Amino acid sequence: MTVFPFLVVAWIVAVGLYGLITSRDLIHQIVCLIVVQSSTYVLLLGVGYVTGGVAPYFYDIGRRALAVDPVVQALALTDVVVEAAVTALLLSLAVQAHKRFGTLDPHDLAEFKG
Amino acid sequence: MTPKARRWLFAIGMAGLVACYLWAFHGLPGFGNYPGPYGPEILSRAIPETNATGVVSAINFDYRGFDTVGEEFILFAAAAGMSVVLRRLRGEREQEQDHSPADEVMHRNVAPTSSALRVAALILVGPTALIGWWLATHAQTNPSGGFQGGVILASAFMLVYLSGESIAFRRLSPVHLLDVAEAMGAGGFAAVGLAAVVQGLPFLYNYLPLGQSPGAVSSSGTIALISFLVGIEVAAAFMLIVGELLEQTLLRREGSS
Repeated sequence: MTVFPFLVVAWIVAVGLYGLITSRDLIHQIVCLIVVQSSTYVLLLGVGYVTGGVAPYFYDIGRRALAVDPVVQALALTDVVVEAAVTALLLSLAVQAHKRFGTLDPHDLAEFKG
Repeated sequence: MTPKARRWLFAIGMAGLVACYLWAFHGLPGFGNYPGPYGPEILSRAIPETNATGVVSAINFDYRGFDTVGEEFILFAAAAGMSVVLRRLRGEREQEQDHSPADEVMHRNVAPTSSALRVAALILVGPTALIGWWLATHAQTNPSGGFQGGVILASAFMLVYLSGESIAFRRLSPVHLLDVAEAMGAGGFAAVGLAAVVQGLPFLYNYLPLGQSPGAVSSSGTIALISFLVGIEVAAAFMLIVGELLEQTLLRREGSS
């Protein structure tokens, strides 16, 4: 099952996208976007995994121990931070939308446009 | 567009995505057979070059330090953007009591925070702050770093809010102090990098003494310093972000009650 992690990635993307297009609530939609983005963590960590490798921290193990790729782990950390920033901004936009229009339903919000 | 049409359009798009995805992954080395040259190269160099046993931190704050500056300023910009987006609209005033809007809508009586919750939350404040501080200062040795530590440090202050002491929470996190802390964290990171340029070295070059042995807290030069500065910035940014959102629950449109 060497492709299993990559199928999980595809599944998380698909579930999140389905939630995004069917959602009737902005907060729920933001959560769906987080689900889509969390697939990238699985992808990054899956790509860098080495069979039998340990975490790339050598505080109490030998320097020559087989370790997984540390670069994708650093990228995953960047990913988490960006996601937190994006989520915070989207939530504040949802708060303002609710204040202005009194609804969080994207379908109703579309009618206020123009 | 009707919901049904949306779903059909989505199904067509998904079919295309699935096909492209399967094609993209066809022929990739399977899970666990990572072949890249970059990761093993850094694994063999990081400890001799930086004296940091936490290789992920060495990448984040040294090898890919330039990226991390950008990453930190994304968070900085998000916190600033939130205070712009959530500025007080005309006709909003602060409410005297701190009831949540949901409670107001339903016209129900708000139960006071129970003593059990209050005591449990307040007991956890100290240990949480300690863990956050430890994580922010041990990036060079253990799986930790400024980003993780900063978030946990900020959540120590959230516990004060959870315990129902929203007034104490505001006094503990005055916005102007947080602004200064956030700016110092973000600016300090850039300043550490620029200090290398002043010495005629590349931006963010690790110019501080690396310490005697790998794995010591005092080792790894600028990695430890930058991680600590990032911790301050992240803690301040998250407290600002959460504070902004909490403030919204205290706002109420004039005339609505």
